[in-house]
Amino acid sequence: MHPVVKKLIAQAGPFLGLAVVIVLFSLPAETREFFLTFHNFKIIFTQTVIVAIGALGMTLIIVSGGIDLSVGSTIALTSVVGALLIQRGWATAAVLATVVASGGLIGLLNGAAIAGLRLTPFIITLGSLGVARGGAKWLADNQTVNYDTSAINGWMTTANAFDRTLPTGVWIALALAALTAVMLRQTVFGRYIFALGSNESAARLCGVPTARIKIATYALAGCFFGLAGLFQLSRLRQGDPTVAIGLELDIIAAVIIGGASLSGGAGSILGSMIGALIMSVLRNGSQQMGWPTYFQEIIIGLVIIVAVFLDRLRQGRAAS
Amino acid sequence: MPAPRLHLTGVAKAFGATRALRSVSLEVASGEVHALIGENGAGKSTLMKILSGAHAPDAGTLALDGRPYAPASPHAARLLGVAMIYQELTLAPHLSAQENILLGAESARLGWIDSAESRSRARAALAQLGHEHLDLARPVAAFSIAERQIIEIARALLTPPRVLIMDEPTSSLTPPDVEKLFTVIARLRAQGVSIIYISHFLEECRRIADRYTVLKDGETAGSGAMRDATIDLLVNLMTGREVKDLYPRRARTPGAIVLSVRAAARVPRLRTASFSLRAGEILGVAGLIGAGRTDLVRTVFGLDALDAGEVLVVGSTAARTTPRNRWRAGVGFLSENRKEEGLMLGLPLADNLTFTKLRSFGRYGWVSRRRQHTAAERWIGALKVKCRDAAQPVAEMSGGNQQKIALARLLEHPARILLLDEPTRGIDVGSKAQIYCLIGDLATSGKAVLLVSSYLPELLGLCDTIAVMCRGELSAVRPCADWTEPELMRVATGSG
Repeated sequence: MHPVVKKLIAQAGPFLGLAVVIVLFSLPAETREFFLTFHNFKIIFTQTVIVAIGALGMTLIIVSGGIDLSVGSTIALTSVVGALLIQRGWATAAVLATVVASGGLIGLLNGAAIAGLRLTPFIITLGSLGVARGGAKWLADNQTVNYDTSAINGWMTTANAFDRTLPTGVWIALALAALTAVMLRQTVFGRYIFALGSNESAARLCGVPTARIKIATYALAGCFFGLAGLFQLSRLRQGDPTVAIGLELDIIAAVIIGGASLSGGAGSILGSMIGALIMSVLRNGSQQMGWPTYFQEIIIGLVIIVAVFLDRLRQGRAAS
Repeated sequence: MPAPRLHLTGVAKAFGATRALRSVSLEVASGEVHALIGENGAGKSTLMKILSGAHAPDAGTLALDGRPYAPASPHAARLLGVAMIYQELTLAPHLSAQENILLGAESARLGWIDSAESRSRARAALAQLGHEHLDLARPVAAFSIAERQIIEIARALLTPPRVLIMDEPTSSLTPPDVEKLFTVIARLRAQGVSIIYISHFLEECRRIADRYTVLKDGETAGSGAMRDATIDLLVNLMTGREVKDLYPRRARTPGAIVLSVRAAARVPRLRTASFSLRAGEILGVAGLIGAGRTDLVRTVFGLDALDAGEVLVVGSTAARTTPRNRWRAGVGFLSENRKEEGLMLGLPLADNLTFTKLRSFGRYGWVSRRRQHTAAERWIGALKVKCRDAAQPVAEMSGGNQQKIALARLLEHPARILLLDEPTRGIDVGSKAQIYCLIGDLATSGKAVLLVSSYLPELLGLCDTIAVMCRGELSAVRPCADWTEPELMRVATGSG
């Protein structure tokens, strides 16, 4: 096969998956009328925002050869922080900055522990998964944190079916995805993340400051997780310390479906975004088909396995 | 006269275009210690893999006690009585000595381990070696290297071996442990076991072996009784090849000292090394694999920390010795381990070429792909690298072309002091010749080169000065003209 064709197929893989899923849900009589409508896709996009923003951070981490299991807990913790700050009457901009920074702080601590203690990211973030969840419950006094109202509440609304615009959250996610994609491809920091994930010893041999890059990667990803926490708050309109349990698995699945390698060195923001979208479309379509939730879970589970298997077939062919 | 225990004639084996073995003959009597000698790459490993059942030969006949011998797997070879003790021990460190000895051959009834019988079988195997005192319940990780080797040999005794192959068994042993191992070997010989003893240490071979076979370039170069052989004879058999005109020789006048190393040491392999490297000089470091040469260059480059001594890079003011600071001071390193440490295989060759100075390909932390590719294309042309374009992942290229990329990284940087560890390992002759030319040109243009190599003709052909590393100690640096291949081999094997 011509190398350019091969490359096109490799790039288009996740897109093809998304197209197949959309077509499959557009055909049945039950969903034909509703599925392919602007309003439905507005819902799908909005439902994707939290996983998509989480997947931005997770892509950086997975490309660098790491993993972060504490994302769900971080989202819960930062959303509780946001709710408490709104309760105390902080300005929206200050809430935004503080919530993002607190996510960044958790990431910084994760990264510092991984680089400093030389333990595997799996262990460290498995620990911080518990710590952050417990911290969220402690901060929230083990109940939901309620507040009157906030400008943040409007960022994720899809209430008005006739409004032809997308909510703020979707635009922010899109803008951040574009910025992160460029950062990953076109900056020294981005290339170093790839180097770290591809071969850490070789990166060190080339003079890449591996410990610093690792810490910075987890810290930046933490900022994304903090922002995802804020959108979680916007969606629920209250700070709930028990929210987003297991969400890290959805986020990791989005990144993997998007073509990233769990062993590091490969992955793209565009792929991860498509991956997040595929999962949302599957959920939305299954609901419209009237399938029970356990059925959705089974389908998404199988899609992850099939996607990664197809990916390996494709790469195996590319290598030979 | 009875048939020999093991008899090989005309054994050949090729991997792709590489003919690892051309025609090897080997005859080992029962109850004999047979030394198998040869330089790195002479074909010893391939031959051992054939004997232990890991590879099948392309041609030739093999006979064990007069019967055709063609094991389908290492397990089949074990059952036929041919066992191998690898250089890198193959024990499971968390399991106990007993569990390791019986691994895969447990005494069990219906899947339940019979512990009393297991213990007595493991104990009996150790007793055969005179080491029945070892604590069977202790995890293997808690034993010394020498004790682990005993455990490994005990494992081989479980199925009574007819031929025991030992690959470099003394390379990581202290002298007293070597004596203990020799006692074990003598016991096994007395029990009628044939032992094929592979070692670079010729003095050891002369002490322990009854007979020898020398391999050179995949052929049997000679064999005979050890008591008739001198070290000189063995060395000549190992190295007696003609040196082709691969090596450019040009007159050079070395300049000022740029790198100075004083009594550098790093536990466990590097005991002491001192030398000075001048601009425009190629200094070769000869020695056997595992002698501490790689440890030396890695500590000089800051990849590993020094335990004692000092390394001074003239012109460097960096407080800490890290690879990052070394590159800043103009020191470049080419790893012997291209795949695991040298290159980021999944990434484009342009990235691999430019990672040491990525910041210079743009401003404010941005990288210009175009400028990166321009730089890469220059080296692709200059070094005749075969590739699709600068964006091609290194993994898709051949070994020789990968090595050119790894070397071009030092040229692009550009490094003024080049630490090259086995720069031509595992690459084709064409690429080799090119790399030799390049190294010669670099030195002529005033760069300082430290060249570590196991291939003696390469060192003698390229270097201005050579020092030899033996068991962690670096010899004095002498001009290249003062060295010959046998002399280098004598010092490297600790028999000079």
